[in-house]
Amino acid sequence: MTNGIRGKVAIAGIGETTYYKHGQAPDSEFKLALMAILAAAEDAGIDAREIDGFCSYSNDRNEPSRLSAALGIKDLKYSVMQWGGGGGGGAAAVGTAAAAIAAGYADCVVVFRSLAQGQFQRFGAAAPAKTVQGDNAYLFPYGLFSPAQRFAMKTMRFMHDHKIERPALRALSMASYHHAQANPRAVMHGRPLTEEKYDNSRWIVEPFRLFDCCLENDGAAALILVSAERAKDMQHKPTYLLGAAQGSEYRNAAPAHNAPTYASSSFTSVAPRLYENAGIKPGDVDVVQSYENFTGGVLMSLVEHDLVKAEEANEFLKLENLVADGGKLPLNTSGGNLAECYMHGLELQIEAVRQIRGTSTAQVPKVDVSLVCAGPMVTPVSSCVFGSEATL
Amino acid sequence: MSQSYLPEGLPAPIPEGDGLSTPYWEGLKAEKLMVQKCNGCGTHQFGPEWICHKCHSFDISWVEAEGKGTIYSWERAWHPVHPALRAREEPYIVVLVELAGAGNVRMIGNLMGDPHQDVVIGSKVEVVFEHHSDNDPAYTLAHWKVV
Repeated sequence: MTNGIRGKVAIAGIGETTYYKHGQAPDSEFKLALMAILAAAEDAGIDAREIDGFCSYSNDRNEPSRLSAALGIKDLKYSVMQWGGGGGGGAAAVGTAAAAIAAGYADCVVVFRSLAQGQFQRFGAAAPAKTVQGDNAYLFPYGLFSPAQRFAMKTMRFMHDHKIERPALRALSMASYHHAQANPRAVMHGRPLTEEKYDNSRWIVEPFRLFDCCLENDGAAALILVSAERAKDMQHKPTYLLGAAQGSEYRNAAPAHNAPTYASSSFTSVAPRLYENAGIKPGDVDVVQSYENFTGGVLMSLVEHDLVKAEEANEFLKLENLVADGGKLPLNTSGGNLAECYMHGLELQIEAVRQIRGTSTAQVPKVDVSLVCAGPMVTPVSSCVFGSEATL
Repeated sequence: MSQSYLPEGLPAPIPEGDGLSTPYWEGLKAEKLMVQKCNGCGTHQFGPEWICHKCHSFDISWVEAEGKGTIYSWERAWHPVHPALRAREEPYIVVLVELAGAGNVRMIGNLMGDPHQDVVIGSKVEVVFEHHSDNDPAYTLAHWKVV
C-alpha cells in the first residue's frame, strides 16, 4: 500500500555553500546555515521569508527560532528535529517535512544541515573525559570510540557471513572518487583514486582503510519543499517525493552490540517499507545515493535495499557497474561523503534531486526514480525515493 | 597498573546515576561476569535494562555467566583516536564475544596476545580480568584470550 503523501510534495529548491575541509570554513556554522537556506530559496525562486517550517537531524545546532528571527520569517509554523541516528536521519527529515506539508501544518518547509566541525568537537575524535557511563562504558575502555571503530565489527561479520572480499569495498570508494572528478564542488575534485592508492592506504580499523572512511567537512546544505501543486508553477521541473521510511529492526539499539540483527546497515525492515509506501520496486531505481560513513555501510545498504544480492556482491561491485555513464547501478554520482563533501548526507539528497532534474555533473541518462539511503548502521536510519513527473 | 592491554588514560567505566549497571561493574571487580536474567521468563539480557525485553517483567536478577564464549566479530584498530592510545605503537584488537551459556548475549573486550594475530570468527575464548585498582575510580575490565 502506498503512503498518503506519494507525489503530493516536491523539492522546489536546493542550495549549498562552498564545501570546505574541516575547520577551514571562513564563516560561522550559523552563517553557513543561513547561506544554504538563502541559496535554496533563490533556486526555488521564492523569498526566504516565505519559509514557514524547518526540519533537521543529528541535533543540528542552528535552531529554527534563531534562524526565523535572523531571516525575518513571518510565521513559523513547524520546527521538528529527527531524533537520534546522526546522518541516518537525513531522509527522515525530508519525509517529516513532506508530511507536514501534506497534512497542512506548513506550506514551505526547509530541510537543512550545517556543520563547521572546526568550531566544535570533531566526529572522529574522542571527547576528553575521565569517566564514561551508559552504553559507551562497554566500549570506550576497550578503545572503541569513533564511528569507524563502532561499525567495523558489523561490516566484518557481514563480510564473513557472505564471503565478501575487500575489493568489493574498494569499488564503492572508487565510484565516489570517480564521480567527484567531474564535480568542481567536490573537496576531492582533482584528486583521483586508483586501486593502487586505495590498496596502499593505511588501515584505520580493519576492515576499513583510509579511503573506506568519509571525510569530515565544513559547509551547509538545504532543500525547500512545497506542495506538488505549487511546485508545478515554480522555476524548476518538480522533483516529487514518492516515499520515505525510517526506523530500525527489532532491538537494534540493544546495548553493547547486542542487536539480534547485528551484521546489518539497520535497513532490513525499513527498506521493504520504503518500497511498499513509495509504490516502486528495486528494479525501478535508476540511480542511488547511498550514505558512505564507511564503505561497509554502503555494501549492506545496497544489499538490504535489494539492489545487489549479497551472494553476487563480489562479482557485481566493480567500478564499471557503479558509474553514471553506462553502469548498471550508478552510485554516489556527486562523490558523496567520501569525495564530494561530508555534509552529513544532505548533499546526497541534493544530488538525488539533480539527477531527476537532469543537472548532475555525472548525469545518468533518463532518470525517473532516484533513491537515497541515509546513514547506515545507526538507529534510526532512513531512506527516501524521488521521482519525476512520469512516475506519478 | 603497568600490565594493562591498552595504555592508562582511557575513560574509566562507572555505573549510571540510576545504578542500572552497578552489579555488572562490581561483579568484574570480584572477577565475576554478571548478566541479567529475568525471574519471570528466564531470558538472559545484556547490556542491562530495567525491564525484560521478552516478557516486560521488572523482576530481574543478576546471575554469573561462565567466562567462556566464541568470537562473533572482531576488528583491529590502528588509528589512535584517543590521545592515550598514541603511547601504544601497535594496533589493538577488539572482539565481540557471544556467551552460549548465557542466552548468547554478547560482550566486548580486547583480545589478548599478539595484536597482529589472525583472528577467526567462531574461535573459542575465555575471559581475562584486568584490574585497574590504582585508578580513581577503580575498575576492572573483562578481556578475552583464545583457548
